Amino acid sequence: MKFLLDKKIRSLLIICLFLGVGRSLLAQDFPPIPNPPRLVNDFTQTLSSSEVTQLEQKLVAYNDSTSTQIAIVIMRSTGEYEIADYAQRFAENWGIGGSKDNGILILAAMDDRKVFIATGYGMEGAVPDALAKRIVENMILPNFKMQAYYQGFDQATDMIIKLASGEYKAEDVESEGKSGGAIFLILLFIFFFVILPMIKNRKDNDNHMGGKGGGIDLLTTIMLANLLKGGNSGKFGDFSSGRGGFGGGGGGFGGFGGGSFGGGGAGGSW
Amino acid sequence: MKKLLIPILIIAVVGIFVYTKAVGTYNQFVQTEEQINGQWAEVQTQYQRRADLIPNLVNTVKGYAEFEQETLTGVIEARSKATSMTIDPTNLTPEKLAEFQQAQDQLSGALSRLLVTVEKYPDLKANQNFLELQAQLEGTENRIAVARRNFNESVVTYNANIRTFPNNIFAGWYGFETKGTFQAAEGAENAPTVQF
Repeated sequence: MKFLLDKKIRSLLIICLFLGVGRSLLAQDFPPIPNPPRLVNDFTQTLSSSEVTQLEQKLVAYNDSTSTQIAIVIMRSTGEYEIADYAQRFAENWGIGGSKDNGILILAAMDDRKVFIATGYGMEGAVPDALAKRIVENMILPNFKMQAYYQGFDQATDMIIKLASGEYKAEDVESEGKSGGAIFLILLFIFFFVILPMIKNRKDNDNHMGGKGGGIDLLTTIMLANLLKGGNSGKFGDFSSGRGGFGGGGGGFGGFGGGSFGGGGAGGSW
Repeated sequence: MKKLLIPILIIAVVGIFVYTKAVGTYNQFVQTEEQINGQWAEVQTQYQRRADLIPNLVNTVKGYAEFEQETLTGVIEARSKATSMTIDPTNLTPEKLAEFQQAQDQLSGALSRLLVTVEKYPDLKANQNFLELQAQLEGTENRIAVARRNFNESVVTYNANIRTFPNNIFAGWYGFETKGTFQAAEGAENAPTVQF
Protein backbone atom coordinates (compact mmCIF):
# COMPACT_ATOMS: atom_id res chain seq x y z
CA MET A 1 0.00 0.00 0.00
CA LYS A 2 3.03 2.20 0.16
CA PHE A 3 2.71 3.25 -3.45
CA LEU A 4 -0.64 4.88 -2.72
CA LEU A 5 1.11 7.36 -0.49
CA ASP A 6 3.65 8.25 -3.09
CA LYS A 7 3.32 11.98 -3.63
CA LYS A 8 3.98 11.81 -7.32
CA ILE A 9 1.31 9.22 -7.89
CA ARG A 10 -1.13 11.21 -5.82
CA SER A 11 -0.52 14.37 -7.77
CA LEU A 12 -0.86 12.42 -10.97
CA LEU A 13 -4.17 11.06 -9.77
CA ILE A 14 -5.34 14.55 -8.96
CA ILE A 15 -4.37 15.76 -12.42
CA CYS A 16 -6.21 12.80 -13.91
CA LEU A 17 -9.25 13.70 -11.86
CA PHE A 18 -9.14 17.29 -13.00
CA LEU A 19 -8.69 16.35 -16.60
CA GLY A 20 -11.26 13.62 -16.52
CA VAL A 21 -13.98 15.46 -14.66
CA GLY A 22 -13.34 19.13 -15.08
CA ARG A 23 -11.46 19.73 -18.28
CA SER A 24 -13.08 17.39 -20.68
CA LEU A 25 -16.78 17.49 -21.29
CA LEU A 26 -18.77 14.35 -20.75
CA ALA A 27 -20.83 12.97 -23.57
CA GLN A 28 -23.99 14.11 -21.83
CA ASP A 29 -22.88 17.71 -22.18
CA PHE A 30 -23.66 17.49 -25.86
CA PRO A 31 -27.05 16.79 -27.32
CA PRO A 32 -27.11 13.51 -29.24
CA ILE A 33 -27.01 13.77 -33.02
CA PRO A 34 -30.66 13.77 -34.10
CA ASN A 35 -31.89 10.82 -36.09
CA PRO A 36 -32.19 11.34 -39.01
CA PRO A 37 -29.28 13.78 -38.85
CA ARG A 38 -29.98 17.38 -39.72
CA LEU A 39 -27.75 20.34 -40.41
CA VAL A 40 -30.08 22.86 -38.77
CA ASN A 41 -30.77 21.98 -35.16
CA ASP A 42 -32.92 24.37 -33.18
CA PHE A 43 -33.27 23.10 -29.62
CA THR A 44 -35.02 26.27 -28.50
CA GLN A 45 -37.78 26.74 -31.07
CA THR A 46 -36.38 30.14 -31.92
CA LEU A 47 -36.94 29.65 -35.63
CA SER A 48 -40.25 28.68 -37.15
CA SER A 49 -40.40 25.26 -38.75
CA SER A 50 -40.59 26.75 -42.24
CA GLU A 51 -37.47 28.81 -41.55
CA VAL A 52 -35.67 25.71 -40.34
CA THR A 53 -36.72 23.85 -43.47
CA GLN A 54 -35.52 26.67 -45.71
CA LEU A 55 -32.11 26.81 -44.07
CA GLU A 56 -31.86 23.04 -44.02
CA GLN A 57 -32.62 22.83 -47.74
CA LYS A 58 -30.02 25.41 -48.59
CA LEU A 59 -27.33 23.77 -46.47
CA VAL A 60 -28.11 20.23 -47.60
CA ALA A 61 -27.94 21.36 -51.23
CA TYR A 62 -24.61 22.99 -50.52
CA ASN A 63 -23.35 19.87 -48.79
CA ASP A 64 -24.46 17.73 -51.73
CA SER A 65 -22.66 19.85 -54.29
CA THR A 66 -19.46 20.64 -52.41
CA SER A 67 -19.25 18.13 -49.51
CA THR A 68 -18.75 21.06 -47.16
CA GLN A 69 -21.00 20.80 -44.12
CA ILE A 70 -22.30 23.97 -42.52
CA ALA A 71 -24.26 23.16 -39.39
CA ILE A 72 -26.44 25.49 -37.34
CA VAL A 73 -27.14 24.72 -33.70
CA ILE A 74 -29.32 26.89 -31.50
CA MET A 75 -29.31 26.07 -27.80
CA ARG A 76 -30.15 27.74 -24.49
CA SER A 77 -26.84 28.19 -22.76
CA THR A 78 -23.29 26.89 -22.72
CA GLY A 79 -23.16 27.36 -18.96
CA GLU A 80 -19.82 28.50 -17.68
CA TYR A 81 -18.00 27.25 -20.74
CA GLU A 82 -16.54 29.80 -23.08
CA ILE A 83 -18.67 29.58 -26.18
CA ALA A 84 -15.52 29.24 -28.33
CA ASP A 85 -14.36 26.29 -26.27
CA TYR A 86 -17.76 24.65 -26.21
CA ALA A 87 -18.35 25.16 -29.94
CA GLN A 88 -15.05 23.51 -30.81
CA ARG A 89 -15.75 20.47 -28.65
CA PHE A 90 -19.33 20.29 -29.83
CA ALA A 91 -18.31 20.31 -33.49
CA GLU A 92 -15.62 17.73 -32.82
CA ASN A 93 -18.10 15.57 -30.91
CA TRP A 94 -20.64 15.58 -33.72
CA GLY A 95 -17.94 15.28 -36.36
CA ILE A 96 -19.21 18.06 -38.57
CA GLY A 97 -17.47 18.05 -41.94
CA GLY A 98 -16.20 15.35 -44.24
CA SER A 99 -12.88 13.59 -44.56
CA LYS A 100 -11.21 16.91 -45.37
CA ASP A 101 -12.38 18.43 -42.10
CA ASN A 102 -14.43 20.84 -44.17
CA GLY A 103 -17.09 21.61 -41.59
CA ILE A 104 -18.39 24.78 -40.03
CA LEU A 105 -20.57 25.10 -36.97
CA ILE A 106 -22.61 28.21 -36.23
CA LEU A 107 -23.56 27.89 -32.59
CA ALA A 108 -25.95 30.32 -30.92
CA ALA A 109 -26.62 30.28 -27.19
CA MET A 110 -29.85 32.23 -26.83
CA ASP A 111 -29.86 32.85 -23.07
CA ASP A 112 -26.20 33.87 -23.12
CA ARG A 113 -26.84 36.07 -26.17
CA LYS A 114 -23.66 34.72 -27.70
CA VAL A 115 -22.85 33.26 -31.07
CA PHE A 116 -19.76 31.55 -32.43
CA ILE A 117 -18.67 30.36 -35.85
CA ALA A 118 -16.29 27.42 -35.45
CA THR A 119 -14.27 26.47 -38.51
CA GLY A 120 -12.89 22.99 -39.11
CA TYR A 121 -9.25 22.48 -39.98
CA GLY A 122 -10.09 22.29 -43.67
CA MET A 123 -12.10 25.53 -43.62
CA GLU A 124 -9.56 27.73 -41.92
CA GLY A 125 -8.18 28.78 -45.30
CA ALA A 126 -11.54 29.69 -46.80
CA VAL A 127 -12.94 31.35 -43.69
CA PRO A 128 -10.06 32.74 -41.65
CA ASP A 129 -10.79 34.05 -38.18
CA ALA A 130 -10.82 37.67 -39.29
CA LEU A 131 -13.50 36.94 -41.87
CA ALA A 132 -15.49 34.83 -39.43
CA LYS A 133 -15.39 37.78 -37.07
CA ARG A 134 -16.62 40.08 -39.82
CA ILE A 135 -19.49 37.74 -40.62
CA VAL A 136 -20.46 37.71 -36.96
CA GLU A 137 -20.15 41.47 -36.56
CA ASN A 138 -21.77 42.54 -39.82
CA MET A 139 -24.36 39.88 -40.53
CA ILE A 140 -25.30 37.96 -37.42
CA LEU A 141 -25.17 40.47 -34.59
CA PRO A 142 -27.12 43.34 -36.23
CA ASN A 143 -29.91 40.94 -37.18
CA PHE A 144 -29.92 39.19 -33.84
CA LYS A 145 -30.21 42.51 -32.05
CA MET A 146 -33.46 43.03 -33.90
CA GLN A 147 -34.48 39.44 -33.15
CA ALA A 148 -34.28 38.68 -36.87
CA TYR A 149 -32.60 35.36 -36.17
CA TYR A 150 -33.48 33.73 -39.46
CA GLN A 151 -32.05 36.64 -41.46
CA GLY A 152 -28.88 36.48 -39.42
CA PHE A 153 -28.34 32.79 -40.10
CA ASP A 154 -29.41 33.16 -43.71
CA GLN A 155 -27.00 35.97 -44.51
CA ALA A 156 -24.14 34.40 -42.58
CA THR A 157 -24.50 31.06 -44.36
CA ASP A 158 -24.78 32.84 -47.72
CA MET A 159 -21.54 34.61 -47.01
CA ILE A 160 -19.76 31.45 -45.88
CA ILE A 161 -20.96 29.67 -49.01
CA LYS A 162 -19.61 32.51 -51.12
CA LEU A 163 -16.26 32.42 -49.34
CA ALA A 164 -15.94 28.69 -49.54
CA SER A 165 -17.20 28.25 -53.09
CA GLY A 166 -14.62 26.52 -55.20
CA GLU A 167 -12.67 25.31 -52.21
CA TYR A 168 -14.03 21.77 -52.21
CA LYS A 169 -16.15 19.74 -54.58
CA ALA A 170 -18.12 16.60 -53.89
CA GLU A 171 -16.13 14.81 -56.62
CA ASP A 172 -12.93 15.27 -54.66
CA VAL A 173 -14.36 13.18 -51.91
CA GLU A 174 -15.88 10.65 -54.29
CA SER A 175 -12.70 10.02 -56.21
CA GLU A 176 -10.87 9.63 -52.95
CA GLY A 177 -13.12 6.73 -51.93
CA LYS A 178 -12.27 3.07 -51.96
CA SER A 179 -12.78 2.67 -55.73
CA GLY A 180 -9.16 1.60 -56.18
CA GLY A 181 -9.66 -1.33 -53.85
CA ALA A 182 -12.92 -2.30 -55.52
CA ILE A 183 -11.30 -2.38 -58.96
CA PHE A 184 -8.51 -4.53 -57.62
CA LEU A 185 -11.02 -6.95 -56.12
CA ILE A 186 -12.93 -7.16 -59.39
CA LEU A 187 -9.73 -7.87 -61.29
CA LEU A 188 -8.87 -10.54 -58.76
CA PHE A 189 -12.24 -12.19 -59.20
CA ILE A 190 -11.96 -12.03 -62.98
CA PHE A 191 -8.60 -13.71 -62.68
CA PHE A 192 -9.86 -16.50 -60.47
CA PHE A 193 -13.24 -17.12 -62.09
CA VAL A 194 -12.48 -16.42 -65.76
CA ILE A 195 -8.84 -16.65 -66.59
CA LEU A 196 -7.93 -19.53 -64.33
CA PRO A 197 -10.83 -21.72 -65.51
CA MET A 198 -9.87 -20.84 -69.08
CA ILE A 199 -6.33 -22.00 -68.53
CA LYS A 200 -7.56 -25.03 -66.70
CA ASN A 201 -10.02 -25.86 -69.43
CA ARG A 202 -7.35 -25.73 -72.03
CA LYS A 203 -5.19 -28.15 -70.14
CA ASP A 204 -7.93 -30.37 -68.92
CA ASN A 205 -10.16 -31.56 -71.73
CA ASP A 206 -12.10 -33.89 -69.52
CA ASN A 207 -14.03 -31.13 -67.74
CA HIS A 208 -17.58 -31.16 -66.49
CA MET A 209 -18.63 -28.31 -68.76
CA GLY A 210 -18.46 -30.56 -71.76
CA GLY A 211 -17.21 -27.79 -73.98
CA LYS A 212 -13.94 -27.71 -75.76
CA GLY A 213 -12.59 -25.16 -73.35
CA GLY A 214 -12.05 -21.45 -73.44
CA GLY A 215 -15.71 -20.54 -73.02
CA ILE A 216 -17.30 -18.92 -70.02
CA ASP A 217 -20.31 -20.76 -68.75
CA LEU A 218 -23.52 -19.10 -67.67
CA LEU A 219 -22.88 -19.62 -63.97
CA THR A 220 -19.58 -17.76 -64.07
CA THR A 221 -21.17 -14.92 -65.98
CA ILE A 222 -23.93 -14.52 -63.42
CA MET A 223 -21.48 -14.68 -60.55
CA LEU A 224 -19.31 -12.07 -62.19
CA ALA A 225 -22.22 -9.76 -62.83
CA ASN A 226 -23.26 -10.05 -59.21
CA LEU A 227 -19.79 -9.33 -58.04
CA LEU A 228 -19.58 -6.25 -60.17
CA LYS A 229 -22.85 -5.04 -58.77
CA GLY A 230 -21.69 -5.77 -55.26
CA GLY A 231 -18.51 -3.85 -55.79
CA ASN A 232 -20.42 -0.86 -57.01
CA SER A 233 -22.86 -0.63 -54.16
CA GLY A 234 -20.06 -1.13 -51.70
CA LYS A 235 -18.29 1.89 -53.06
CA PHE A 236 -21.40 4.00 -52.91
CA GLY A 237 -22.04 2.97 -49.33
CA ASP A 238 -18.51 3.85 -48.34
CA PHE A 239 -18.93 7.29 -49.69
CA SER A 240 -22.17 8.23 -48.01
CA SER A 241 -21.97 6.49 -44.68
CA GLY A 242 -21.05 9.13 -42.18
CA ARG A 243 -21.05 8.85 -38.45
CA GLY A 244 -24.74 9.56 -38.42
CA GLY A 245 -25.59 6.92 -41.00
CA PHE A 246 -27.94 7.26 -43.91
CA GLY A 247 -30.58 9.93 -43.95
CA GLY A 248 -33.15 7.47 -45.21
CA GLY A 249 -32.57 8.16 -48.86
CA GLY A 250 -35.25 10.80 -49.25
CA GLY A 251 -32.79 13.36 -50.58
CA GLY A 252 -32.05 14.39 -47.02
CA PHE A 253 -28.80 15.03 -45.25
CA GLY A 254 -26.49 12.03 -45.25
CA GLY A 255 -24.91 12.47 -41.84
CA PHE A 256 -21.83 14.02 -40.37
CA GLY A 257 -18.50 12.76 -41.62
CA GLY A 258 -16.21 12.98 -38.60
CA GLY A 259 -14.56 16.31 -39.34
CA SER A 260 -12.03 17.71 -36.90
CA PHE A 261 -11.77 21.18 -35.37
CA GLY A 262 -8.69 22.94 -34.07
CA GLY A 263 -10.26 25.95 -32.37
CA GLY A 264 -10.51 28.28 -35.34
CA GLY A 265 -13.32 30.76 -35.79
CA ALA A 266 -14.74 33.84 -34.15
CA GLY A 267 -17.73 34.87 -32.13
CA GLY A 268 -19.60 37.76 -30.66
CA SER A 269 -22.33 38.80 -28.29
CA TRP A 270 -25.51 40.67 -29.09
CA MET B 1 19.37 -35.31 -19.14
CA LYS B 2 15.63 -35.63 -18.76
CA LYS B 3 15.72 -33.79 -15.49
CA LEU B 4 17.36 -30.83 -17.14
CA LEU B 5 14.96 -30.69 -20.06
CA ILE B 6 11.94 -29.46 -18.11
CA PRO B 7 13.63 -26.50 -16.40
CA ILE B 8 15.20 -25.49 -19.71
CA LEU B 9 11.80 -25.64 -21.38
CA ILE B 10 10.25 -23.54 -18.63
CA ILE B 11 13.02 -20.98 -18.84
CA ALA B 12 12.68 -20.82 -22.62
CA VAL B 13 8.91 -20.29 -22.42
CA VAL B 14 9.24 -17.62 -19.75
CA GLY B 15 12.05 -16.00 -21.73
CA ILE B 16 9.99 -15.88 -24.91
CA PHE B 17 7.01 -14.51 -22.98
CA VAL B 18 9.07 -11.76 -21.35
CA TYR B 19 10.73 -10.93 -24.65
CA THR B 20 7.48 -10.55 -26.62
CA LYS B 21 5.93 -8.59 -23.79
CA ALA B 22 8.95 -6.29 -23.63
CA VAL B 23 8.95 -5.72 -27.38
CA GLY B 24 5.20 -5.04 -27.43
CA THR B 25 5.40 -2.62 -24.54
CA TYR B 26 8.35 -0.85 -26.03
CA ASN B 27 6.60 -0.38 -29.34
CA GLN B 28 3.53 0.89 -27.57
CA PHE B 29 5.60 3.42 -25.64
CA VAL B 30 7.24 4.60 -28.83
CA GLN B 31 3.91 5.03 -30.56
CA THR B 32 2.35 7.06 -27.77
CA GLU B 33 5.51 9.09 -27.45
CA GLU B 34 5.42 9.91 -31.16
CA GLN B 35 1.81 10.97 -30.81
CA ILE B 36 2.78 13.27 -27.97
CA ASN B 37 5.64 14.69 -30.03
CA GLY B 38 3.20 15.52 -32.79
CA GLN B 39 0.86 17.20 -30.39
CA TRP B 40 3.70 19.10 -28.83
CA ALA B 41 4.67 20.36 -32.28
CA GLU B 42 1.10 21.59 -32.68
CA VAL B 43 1.28 23.41 -29.34
CA GLN B 44 4.50 25.12 -30.37
CA THR B 45 3.12 25.98 -33.80
CA GLN B 46 0.15 27.72 -32.27
CA TYR B 47 2.29 29.63 -29.78
CA GLN B 48 4.57 30.62 -32.64
CA ARG B 49 1.57 31.80 -34.59
CA ARG B 50 0.65 34.06 -31.73
CA ALA B 51 4.19 35.39 -31.50
CA ASP B 52 4.14 36.11 -35.24
CA LEU B 53 1.00 38.20 -34.88
CA ILE B 54 2.45 40.44 -32.22
CA PRO B 55 4.82 42.62 -34.35
CA ASN B 56 1.85 43.52 -36.56
CA LEU B 57 -0.26 44.29 -33.56
CA VAL B 58 2.44 46.42 -32.00
CA ASN B 59 2.94 48.37 -35.24
CA THR B 60 -0.77 49.04 -35.61
CA VAL B 61 -1.08 50.18 -32.04
CA LYS B 62 2.08 52.29 -32.24
CA GLY B 63 0.45 54.53 -34.85
CA TYR B 64 -1.66 56.01 -32.09
CA ALA B 65 1.05 58.27 -30.69
CA GLU B 66 -0.29 58.89 -27.24
CA PHE B 67 -0.46 55.21 -26.52
CA GLU B 68 1.27 53.97 -23.39
CA GLN B 69 4.81 53.00 -24.30
CA GLU B 70 5.19 50.93 -21.18
CA THR B 71 2.48 48.46 -22.10
CA LEU B 72 3.93 48.08 -25.56
CA THR B 73 7.48 47.39 -24.39
CA GLY B 74 6.04 44.93 -21.87
CA VAL B 75 4.50 42.97 -24.72
CA ILE B 76 7.65 43.10 -26.83
CA GLU B 77 9.82 41.89 -23.97
CA ALA B 78 7.48 39.10 -23.00
CA ARG B 79 7.36 38.05 -26.62
CA SER B 80 11.11 37.81 -27.03
CA LYS B 81 11.32 35.85 -23.79
CA ALA B 82 8.59 33.47 -24.88
CA THR B 83 10.02 32.87 -28.36
CA SER B 84 13.51 32.18 -27.03
CA MET B 85 12.00 29.40 -24.95
CA THR B 86 11.58 26.25 -27.01
CA ILE B 87 11.61 22.70 -25.75
CA ASP B 88 12.84 19.74 -27.68
CA PRO B 89 10.14 17.05 -27.65
CA THR B 90 12.63 14.56 -26.17
CA ASN B 91 13.00 16.79 -23.15
CA LEU B 92 9.42 17.41 -22.05
CA THR B 93 10.08 17.15 -18.34
CA PRO B 94 7.56 18.67 -15.94
CA GLU B 95 10.08 21.36 -14.90
CA LYS B 96 10.85 22.40 -18.48
CA LEU B 97 7.20 22.51 -19.35
CA ALA B 98 6.39 24.63 -16.31
CA GLU B 99 9.10 27.08 -17.41
CA PHE B 100 7.69 27.17 -20.93
CA GLN B 101 4.19 27.70 -19.65
CA GLN B 102 5.33 30.51 -17.39
CA ALA B 103 7.01 32.35 -20.25
CA GLN B 104 3.94 32.00 -22.42
CA ASP B 105 1.60 32.99 -19.61
CA GLN B 106 3.61 36.15 -19.10
CA LEU B 107 3.08 37.00 -22.73
CA SER B 108 -0.64 36.28 -22.36
CA GLY B 109 -0.76 38.63 -19.40
CA ALA B 110 1.09 41.40 -21.24
CA LEU B 111 -1.19 40.98 -24.24
CA SER B 112 -4.36 41.15 -22.21
CA ARG B 113 -3.08 44.30 -20.49
CA LEU B 114 -2.49 45.79 -23.93
CA LEU B 115 -5.98 44.88 -25.08
CA VAL B 116 -7.48 46.40 -21.94
CA THR B 117 -5.69 49.71 -22.47
CA VAL B 118 -6.88 49.74 -26.07
CA GLU B 119 -10.39 50.13 -24.71
CA LYS B 120 -9.51 53.75 -23.92
CA TYR B 121 -8.83 54.55 -27.57
CA PRO B 122 -12.04 54.45 -29.61
CA ASP B 123 -10.20 55.36 -32.83
CA LEU B 124 -7.93 52.37 -32.48
CA LYS B 125 -10.81 50.11 -31.58
CA ALA B 126 -12.55 51.10 -34.80
CA ASN B 127 -9.42 50.54 -36.87
CA GLN B 128 -10.15 47.72 -39.32
CA ASN B 129 -6.59 46.46 -39.22
CA PHE B 130 -6.67 46.28 -35.45
CA LEU B 131 -10.02 44.50 -35.42
CA GLU B 132 -8.70 41.83 -37.74
CA LEU B 133 -5.57 41.33 -35.72
CA GLN B 134 -7.71 41.03 -32.63
CA ALA B 135 -9.88 38.38 -34.28
CA GLN B 136 -6.79 36.47 -35.33
CA LEU B 137 -5.34 36.73 -31.88
CA GLU B 138 -8.53 35.39 -30.31
CA GLY B 139 -8.62 32.54 -32.80
CA THR B 140 -5.02 31.71 -32.02
CA GLU B 141 -5.72 31.65 -28.30
CA ASN B 142 -8.53 29.19 -28.95
CA ARG B 143 -6.23 27.04 -31.04
CA ILE B 144 -3.63 27.12 -28.30
CA ALA B 145 -6.24 25.94 -25.84
CA VAL B 146 -7.25 23.03 -28.08
CA ALA B 147 -3.63 22.04 -28.79
CA ARG B 148 -2.79 22.18 -25.09
CA ARG B 149 -5.80 20.10 -24.14
CA ASN B 150 -5.00 17.43 -26.72
CA PHE B 151 -1.39 17.36 -25.55
CA ASN B 152 -2.40 17.08 -21.90
CA GLU B 153 -4.83 14.27 -22.54
CA SER B 154 -2.19 12.23 -24.35
CA VAL B 155 0.46 12.88 -21.72
CA VAL B 156 -1.82 11.85 -18.87
CA THR B 157 -2.58 8.54 -20.55
CA TYR B 158 1.09 8.05 -21.35
CA ASN B 159 2.21 8.86 -17.80
CA ALA B 160 -0.38 6.57 -16.30
CA ASN B 161 0.67 3.86 -18.74
CA ILE B 162 4.38 3.95 -17.95
CA ARG B 163 3.76 4.11 -14.22
CA THR B 164 1.48 1.10 -13.92
CA PHE B 165 2.79 -2.38 -13.25
CA PRO B 166 4.38 -4.12 -15.11
CA ASN B 167 4.98 -1.35 -17.64
CA ASN B 168 6.94 0.64 -15.08
CA ILE B 169 9.64 -2.06 -15.09
CA PHE B 170 9.97 -1.88 -18.86
CA ALA B 171 9.84 1.91 -18.82
CA GLY B 172 12.71 1.85 -16.32
CA TRP B 173 14.74 -0.43 -18.56
CA TYR B 174 14.24 1.66 -21.65
CA GLY B 175 14.47 4.99 -19.88
CA PHE B 176 10.99 6.33 -20.63
CA GLU B 177 10.17 9.11 -18.21
CA THR B 178 6.98 10.85 -17.24
CA LYS B 179 6.27 14.05 -19.12
CA GLY B 180 4.90 17.34 -17.89
CA THR B 181 1.42 18.69 -18.53
CA PHE B 182 0.07 22.18 -18.77
CA GLN B 183 -1.60 23.17 -15.56
CA ALA B 184 -5.28 24.01 -15.79
CA ALA B 185 -6.32 27.58 -15.23
CA GLU B 186 -7.94 28.49 -11.95
CA GLY B 187 -11.54 27.45 -11.71
CA ALA B 188 -11.34 25.05 -14.61
CA GLU B 189 -12.07 22.14 -12.31
CA ASN B 190 -15.77 22.87 -11.77
CA ALA B 191 -17.97 21.17 -14.28
CA PRO B 192 -20.54 23.71 -15.41
CA THR B 193 -24.00 22.76 -16.56
CA VAL B 194 -25.06 23.14 -20.14
CA GLN B 195 -28.59 23.72 -21.36
CA PHE B 196 -29.51 22.52 -24.82
